Amino acid sequence: MIAAARCIVRRDLLLALRRPSDVGTALLFFVIVASLFPLGIGAEPNLLRAVAPGVIWVAALLSSMLSLSRLFAADHADGTLEQMLLGAAPLGVIVAAKVLAHWLVAGLPLVAIAPLIALQYDLAPALYGTLALSLLLGTPVLSLIGAIGAALTLGLRGGGVLLALLVLPLYVPVLIMGAGSVDMAAAGLSPQGQLQLLAALLVVAAAFAPWAIAAALRISTE
Amino acid sequence: MSTAIKWFWFASPQTFFPLAGTIARACWIGAALLAVAGLYVGFFVAPTDAQQGEAYRIIFIHVPAAWMSMFLYVVMACWAAIGLAFNTRLSSMMASAIAPTGALFTFVALWTGALWGRPTWGAYWVWDARLTSELILLFLYLGFMALQAAIDDPRRADRAGAVLAIVGVVNVPIIYYSVQWWNTLHQGASVSLTRAPSMASTMLTGMLLMALAFWLYGIAASLVRVRCIIRERE
Repeated sequence: MIAAARCIVRRDLLLALRRPSDVGTALLFFVIVASLFPLGIGAEPNLLRAVAPGVIWVAALLSSMLSLSRLFAADHADGTLEQMLLGAAPLGVIVAAKVLAHWLVAGLPLVAIAPLIALQYDLAPALYGTLALSLLLGTPVLSLIGAIGAALTLGLRGGGVLLALLVLPLYVPVLIMGAGSVDMAAAGLSPQGQLQLLAALLVVAAAFAPWAIAAALRISTE
Repeated sequence: MSTAIKWFWFASPQTFFPLAGTIARACWIGAALLAVAGLYVGFFVAPTDAQQGEAYRIIFIHVPAAWMSMFLYVVMACWAAIGLAFNTRLSSMMASAIAPTGALFTFVALWTGALWGRPTWGAYWVWDARLTSELILLFLYLGFMALQAAIDDPRRADRAGAVLAIVGVVNVPIIYYSVQWWNTLHQGASVSLTRAPSMASTMLTGMLLMALAFWLYGIAASLVRVRCIIRERE
């Protein structure tokens, strides 16, 4: 079981490495979206400092959603997904491994690059840690919830837009707590509560989402 | 045992079809009568509010619509879950039939809330916790309907919608509390939904009558829609 999971993670990471532009596009999207906001709302430093946590979180959310439709699409197209459904390893473990690989490719780079955006927004350096930690806890939840949507919309026309419609309302708690933790820290309060809630969301999502993703995949590939 | 047999008897779309027609007719009549009574109480019997004047009277539409919007989502998710678990066609059809009515009530609640907010708060829209979570509820309904509309195979549509509805219903309390918390974090109590502490009993009567009327309307509209779905599919 563990071996199957490790195999899937390694395979998906290898596939992503062989096509680095896919990873780069989502990351670039994150940077561009975050850079558009000052152009739209003006470069007043106090304003930027105030909106920075929200903007960075919304950009991260959109960017991680962008790559979701690819999560199962290629495997579905070449029949690998059917083999996974029929195989001996439990489907829940396989999809958990796939989501982990997706997060390593689409979520973790965001955590790494977020301080750079924070720099652009003149966020206090003391907040970088909270921002990175909130993203570290929050982006896996985005991948887990998003994978449910990706599995449900597999092979549908207009899948990408539909995916956004399904998944974005469910992202709301993560956005609120993620951006809220940085806001709390900026206000001089302890972000501990929000971060712990984010961690709780991660635990709940990690426990239940693979099950829902597996059910959705079985429905979609019938 | 005999009741159990009857339940399963009506679980078949063919036998349910005429029953749905009968119940829907009764519910239409009940809804119309109760709505007339409720509106009469609301507009002519209930006293004018001391603080809000006549504008408050929209709550006779607004509050029942908001109640029904949340209630119907849970009912929809229950039917969808039953359909997914027991593979009963009719349950899934009920879920798809309820969704548009639920979305309609959510929209009505938002719309009347905006109309009420303008004279009372001075703004059509504020980022109040309840408004925001109601808006997200509307998105959840629309997502459910969009997903079902995008899938051609009705069986797959039913089951995919069921998974989404169940995920949604688990998320609704989380969304509600997170939004409420976000609200208290971001803005003070400049705006609050708390009304006059004690509601006149005639106001409550009018509201309950309207809630019952909306409830019966919801049943009737869903049953009419489920009859259409049965006709389409069977």
